[in-house]
Amino acid sequence: MNKWKYLVGSFLLLIATLMVTLSGCEKAQAPVQLFAEDAIPERLSDWNLVNIIDNGLIPNAGVLPYDLNTGLFTDYAHKLRTVWMPAGTSAEYGEEQFEYPVGTVLTKTFYYPRGEGDTVLRTNSFTRDYLEGRSGEALDMRAVRLIETRLLVKRQRGWQAIPYIWNAAQTEAVYEIAGDTTHFKLVNDSGDVSEFTYVVPDANQCAGCHADNFTGKKISPLGPRARHLNRDFTYLSGTENQLSHWQKVGYLKGLPALISLPSQASYADTSKSLEDRARAYLDINCGHCHNPAGAADTSGLMLHHSETDWRKMGLCKPPVAAGTGSGGRVFAIVPGEPDHSILNFRVESSDPGAMMPELGRSLVHEEGVSLLRQWVAAMSGSCS
Amino acid sequence: MKTLSYIGVALTLLLVSACGEKKAPQTNPATNDVDFQKKLLRQLIAAKPGDVIVVPEGEFQIDRSLSLNVDDVTIRGMGMDKSILSFKSQIQGAEGLLVNANDFTIENLAIEDTVGDALKINEGQNIIIRNVRVEWTNGPSTENGAYGIYPVQTRNTLVEGSVAIGSSDAGIYVGQSRNVIVRNNRAEFNVAGIEIENTIGADVYGNVATNNTGGILVFNMPNLPQPGHSTRIYDNDIFKNNVKNFGHEGTPVAAVPAGSGIVINSNDQVEIFDNKIADNDTANIIVSSYFTAGYYSDKSTQADFDPYPEGIYIYNNHFAGGGSSPDHLELKALKLARFGLGGSLPDVLWDGVVDTKKMFEGALPDHLRLCIDNTDVGILNIDFQNNYQNISTDISAHQCRLKKLPEVVLKFDRPDVEKSVGDHLAVLEGGNE
Repeated sequence: MNKWKYLVGSFLLLIATLMVTLSGCEKAQAPVQLFAEDAIPERLSDWNLVNIIDNGLIPNAGVLPYDLNTGLFTDYAHKLRTVWMPAGTSAEYGEEQFEYPVGTVLTKTFYYPRGEGDTVLRTNSFTRDYLEGRSGEALDMRAVRLIETRLLVKRQRGWQAIPYIWNAAQTEAVYEIAGDTTHFKLVNDSGDVSEFTYVVPDANQCAGCHADNFTGKKISPLGPRARHLNRDFTYLSGTENQLSHWQKVGYLKGLPALISLPSQASYADTSKSLEDRARAYLDINCGHCHNPAGAADTSGLMLHHSETDWRKMGLCKPPVAAGTGSGGRVFAIVPGEPDHSILNFRVESSDPGAMMPELGRSLVHEEGVSLLRQWVAAMSGSCS
Repeated sequence: MKTLSYIGVALTLLLVSACGEKKAPQTNPATNDVDFQKKLLRQLIAAKPGDVIVVPEGEFQIDRSLSLNVDDVTIRGMGMDKSILSFKSQIQGAEGLLVNANDFTIENLAIEDTVGDALKINEGQNIIIRNVRVEWTNGPSTENGAYGIYPVQTRNTLVEGSVAIGSSDAGIYVGQSRNVIVRNNRAEFNVAGIEIENTIGADVYGNVATNNTGGILVFNMPNLPQPGHSTRIYDNDIFKNNVKNFGHEGTPVAAVPAGSGIVINSNDQVEIFDNKIADNDTANIIVSSYFTAGYYSDKSTQADFDPYPEGIYIYNNHFAGGGSSPDHLELKALKLARFGLGGSLPDVLWDGVVDTKKMFEGALPDHLRLCIDNTDVGILNIDFQNNYQNISTDISAHQCRLKKLPEVVLKFDRPDVEKSVGDHLAVLEGGNE
């Protein structure tokens, strides 16, 4: 690629941005507003990150939606993720973690597609979530039920987690550090209803997952890293690799050639190997705690993407402090035998004292369970 | 390119700001009915160093895990039977209170009926847990949470005056820590009353451990970053730990025979002295290797794990009763065969497993031996290593003395001996070379 193409491309993008802005002027939003660490506003709308305009929840100018190859499971909630950086700043590429500039704001809005009556839908389809023609970007407020929007803001001293909870009228989200619980009726494609309590974690619990270096307590973004972002996204300007796009809009610098970049499998992409899919699933759902510096290093079980020692990954590994979570099983993974493996037991449980992950779900992720069962079932050997 | 996008952003900002802003209508958070749980959550989340969070008298229902990440905070109730955090209706979280902070004190309150662990301190130094009761109020049950008081990967930790009842694993469990004192506590109706695991430097004294499956345990588990050593168990009252094992199969404590007073497994440099140990139906003291626990295999255990209990020193304890009704079929049969229907296993039960690679001229070096300097005490070596071929009660091989371990000193506990703290740690940490 030559520089001219980039230049022309970004110029066109600029024009497009301006046109969109101009045409919607009477509805346009004030710029994103950064607040000091100790001056957090009560209302999400004060940030001007995403605002409700007509029937859409629409990211502000420069607030860029993104998606992950494999995301964390949260009770089948759908998620709209965005990134924003102050004008003139960029993240510096790093293979394990980008160096985000001070002032970066990441948002994650959790929502469900609405069903009939007071139900919400359990579906892997995102098509009906968005306003027509704005797929991946502007949520259709008539079609979705918003629950919470979590902000991660990069400060001078590190990341700050700021949670907002949407009101029942769906007009505003309010700052709430103590979390919340909401009862939902979830309806799947066959019409089966499961009732459950969606638990918004409190601000300390945010850190429970996001402090992947537990000793330092510093929290960090889990999703927006090279291996998770390295995939295509359908922008208004067309489909493009997210990392290239971030570079193009000035949000990322130092990006090596795409072909050399790590890419996590999508756990649902059956064209990928079982191994890659399972490891991707374990990495995003477990690796933030189960890594050598994470909160779960006390267990000796390591499930982050770069672990290569099979015993540390659980193969024939006896538990240390599993308690109820052992499920009467002797090893984390018994090759070929998911029904005798503690790892499978714990992801298949919804008992708070036994289930894994410990937070962020009240329901069992059937697709994830099935993947991990296949993975363990396909392993050869024995523990004796 | 960069210049262009900068201009773009600036232009866009200019344009949108000219349009004025529109906001969704504001809704006020309900501020008038903030219940105790929410208030406590907020206090914990917004805590500043130096804060004292007071739990008033009363029983409070909590349905989610509490957590604290701020250093130098004290949580204080009005007494372990007066200020009660009850988690009977807990729907979320793997513990009652999870702390990741230094200079933390919790005292004078109770944590009851959590779905998982009751009080977990995961990393931190200078931790004081004082007069805290953790309890599963329905009595011993496999469905109870695993650990009561659970400091793990901590340094300089004091657990005192506390009570732990009903844990399906260990009532007081100190794991992967350094420099620990566990004193004047009571542990009852747990699978393991008090357990010290993979910990370097622990003094366990003045405790009462009764009605557990095993009274006081000192274990080393494989596949963890830190092997433990140097624990002193003294001046404790360890009696009638005969409750049927209700641990979860697969967990290490599930292998502990009911009726165990003290169990040393795979740990080194453990001193047991001046205790009253009585009426533990399998044995008053068990010394065993990881092999006997039944989990060892080349696949399950890191290559450099040391499964042998070495440098174990038992002296000056007062034993009474015990060994009359051992758990596990093999032990029952053994008792019957060796000691008759009305007889008892001796006070010390040893699996007889030693690291033959460390032997010199048929014997272990002195500092690795199991030494017993205790009048009227018998031993039963079941010779597990050789398939029970030479089961023996010969105590002569154990009549030896070991160099005594240094006292554990916590700076915040003993300001008078501040100067020697460094020396004491140096001795401990150099002790396993």
